[in-house]
Amino acid sequence: MKAHVYVMLRKTVLDPQGQTIHGALRKMQYRGVEDVRQGKYFVLTLSDALALPEAQLEVERIAREVLVNPVIEEYTYRLEP
Amino acid sequence: MIPIEKPLINYMQMKFGVLVFPGSNCDHDTYHVISEVVGQPVVFLWHESEQLENCDAILVPGGFAYGDYLRTGAIAHFAPIMQAVKKFAASGGLVLGICNGFQILTESGLLPGALMRNAGLKYICKQIYLRTETSDSPFTNLLQPCQVLKIPIGHMEGNYFCDAPTLQQLEAQRRIAFRYSTAAGEITAEANPNGSLQNIAGILNEGRNVLGMMPHPDRSSEALLGSADGLRIFQSMVATLAGQD
Repeated sequence: MKAHVYVMLRKTVLDPQGQTIHGALRKMQYRGVEDVRQGKYFVLTLSDALALPEAQLEVERIAREVLVNPVIEEYTYRLEP
Repeated sequence: MIPIEKPLINYMQMKFGVLVFPGSNCDHDTYHVISEVVGQPVVFLWHESEQLENCDAILVPGGFAYGDYLRTGAIAHFAPIMQAVKKFAASGGLVLGICNGFQILTESGLLPGALMRNAGLKYICKQIYLRTETSDSPFTNLLQPCQVLKIPIGHMEGNYFCDAPTLQQLEAQRRIAFRYSTAAGEITAEANPNGSLQNIAGILNEGRNVLGMMPHPDRSSEALLGSADGLRIFQSMVATLAGQD
């Protein structure tokens, strides 16, 4: 089983990297891009010994305690069988 | 009987511990300042150790602990030595985090907020000015309120951020130790090198025994290096510890 964890800056936190990418896209005349936010993407390969509810708990704990700084970031994840 | 006076040299001896993580690169500078300039005993404390070796104060030096992987300071805060530092801080021990050390202290939860990528996205290494916002702390008691210090910065992630209630609390409890300023001590947008909230360059914890700051007093403790203003911070710590003896 794989866990796909997406970490993004909170909406209230300025993202200078995203803004810079957005600015570059505008200069390059790509059309219709209203905003860019940059984040991080983690893929955790989990042992088959973990049952689904356990895997969920463990991934949430890892995200909360390690992958995310809750002051500035938030996360979502999905499990892939 | 004539009371025997405690010899001054022993009385003034305060043992400093400098943490060393893989990727720390200001550990030797900090050690040098304490041993050669401040003139106090100092030891290195390896990140895998769980002992603070009876140090009276802990210095978390600058650098790139664990290569800044994941987030600056994020991996370092799980190191065994940091568990000992947390206990030490909780019991009132003096902890000073400089640059990457400040980032490690915020990740550890010893200080509130976070240090984000500089607003201009550039690594900035230059001499800047700081205004002392409070002299009511073990790190700033030899400084005058509003005293301007010339101390260099060298960082990519020094853009201090916290939420509005935290900022309000920092202001109300006078826990902002330093703000980026002009040479004349004015707090302006131009004097802010990295986009930090309210020009914040250094903050104290609630107990005022933990200070994190982005500028490097370790690089400004000898006139030969362009400024000795940072020395007063280390000397304040010694004065505080001497007073506690």
